[in-house]
Amino acid sequence: MKYVTTVIIGAGQSGLAMSRHLADRSIDHVLLERGEVANSWRKERWDSLRLLTPNWQSRLPGYAYDGNDPDGYMDMPEVIRFIQGYAEAISAPIYTGTRVISVLQIENGYRVATDRGEWRCETVVLASGACNVASVPKAAEGLPPAIASLTPMDYRNPSQLDDGGVMVVGASATGVQLAKEIHASGRPVTLSVGEHVRVPRLYRGRDIKWWMDAIGIMDMHYTEADDVRRARRVPSLQLVGTPERATLDLNALRAQGVRIVGRLAGMCEGKVQFSGSLANQCTLADLKMNRLLDGIDEWIAENAGNGEFEPAHRFRRTFVDAEPRLGMDLAAAGIKTVIWATGYRPDYSWLHVPVLDRKGRIRHDGGVVDAPGLYVMGLPFLRRRKSSFIVGADEDGRDLAEHLSATLHRSAA
Amino acid sequence: MTQTTNQTAAEVNNGVNVEALLGAREALDAAPEAAQFKWRTTCEWVNGTHCKSTVSGFFGLGEEQSRGKDFTIEADHPEVFAAEDNAATPVEIVLSGLASCLTAGVAAVAQHRGIQLHSVTATIEGDMDLQGILGIDDEVRNGFGNIRVHFDIDADADEDDMKALVAQSQKRSAVFDIVTNPTNVFVSVN
Repeated sequence: MKYVTTVIIGAGQSGLAMSRHLADRSIDHVLLERGEVANSWRKERWDSLRLLTPNWQSRLPGYAYDGNDPDGYMDMPEVIRFIQGYAEAISAPIYTGTRVISVLQIENGYRVATDRGEWRCETVVLASGACNVASVPKAAEGLPPAIASLTPMDYRNPSQLDDGGVMVVGASATGVQLAKEIHASGRPVTLSVGEHVRVPRLYRGRDIKWWMDAIGIMDMHYTEADDVRRARRVPSLQLVGTPERATLDLNALRAQGVRIVGRLAGMCEGKVQFSGSLANQCTLADLKMNRLLDGIDEWIAENAGNGEFEPAHRFRRTFVDAEPRLGMDLAAAGIKTVIWATGYRPDYSWLHVPVLDRKGRIRHDGGVVDAPGLYVMGLPFLRRRKSSFIVGADEDGRDLAEHLSATLHRSAA
Repeated sequence: MTQTTNQTAAEVNNGVNVEALLGAREALDAAPEAAQFKWRTTCEWVNGTHCKSTVSGFFGLGEEQSRGKDFTIEADHPEVFAAEDNAATPVEIVLSGLASCLTAGVAAVAQHRGIQLHSVTATIEGDMDLQGILGIDDEVRNGFGNIRVHFDIDADADEDDMKALVAQSQKRSAVFDIVTNPTNVFVSVN
């Protein structure tokens, strides 16, 4: 068995940022990576995906985007090059092709078993990502075998789908992006919409992510949140990163011809029912968007000179049919494929430490897990609103490395 | 937003004990089995379409809960249904349930957000095609087609804040969920 002070599980942006901060503190560590650096970005994303954040926001400790398109959005090969480049720049001690099989608590630390031997360590950092497994609702069990069922983890591009209709369930970033490209491929899409977060790509001449950064939303600390447990569960923003910097909301999809229906409420023998709550879901999203835009307008009024930004305006409310469809016979409606864009969750099946709550979520306080010497990174709103973004890894890594370092000194004393 | 809520919360009184509700949420999050409730009513036929329901105990917080009193809700049908019109129709009671649930929600959310209410009136209307219940047309459902709820609210808040109250109330309403989503119903007979 090998010994090291800290094992970092996962060599993506979170693990690498942590590696850098541990190296700065001379804490010896290794990164165990099941595949290659930035593995999820390589293997578990669809072909057309680009980051939702503009290039200038792609920053890691001591490393930043230096290309000539700061306002663009990286595609996956660019993301992989960026993260790979960082791993090389900091000479991170990475063991690639090393899959963690189990993490066990032992006296004064942990035993990490992999398919390439075991490690003993005092501290473990879980940096294996927030999106390892697609969450699929129970209703999926009612899907007849004749209709293909896919998650975004399996989806690459429309050409892998049967010709015919597609029902996309879920209208967060993933759902709206898939709905758009699949519908454009000639497969008519029905989009089932529950709670969602509507934002424009651009407002008053700037990227919404620029605004969220400028007015302090991205930096908001988890201790400042009204209800952090709720904030951690808020669906991802309805956004897409395209060279056109286009807004992708329900109005845009409707104009494209996508059929918008309510949240999937039930499915039995190929007949689906949609909730009658669509109008309210859209009203909630419109009101929430307008509160964000109000905040931006207020920030401009306080911090910017006249004419520095384009004038304030509001977007058209989300159009909802007078009588949205409440039910559908999938076969009769020509639906050949259902795609479950209903969220993701981390995989902790190998974590044999009693730190999961009854819903399988990890119990932590800003990334400090409820077991001595165990840390987690990269989850939504872990320490800051930006925790699950590339740009969030630096500060979270620094904070947690500091805590980790103090823990080591305490146990050494 | 948080700050203004905290500053004004003490002055706002909608008669809702938000602290107790938040405390209950905290407690039930830690003990989900205590969150399992069962609501009941017993309905007795009187005559014709006239029925009388009695509501008394319920199950919750891990045990039977007794109120120490009963409530009765009568139902009948109007004269155009060849009935005696002794009370509201069951579908009007459903609409009253929806309106009551949403209105109570508005009060609770307003209290939580530090908004003083002066008056709240919900007006509700449901469309029904009688060809359904009369068995004239199998393609017409028995129940409501569309339901429209209109709120008139007088409160110390701007228009968007009031819209947000009503939207949040729908989001957290039991009856809104019951009406907008399917539910399995099991009926047995002795």
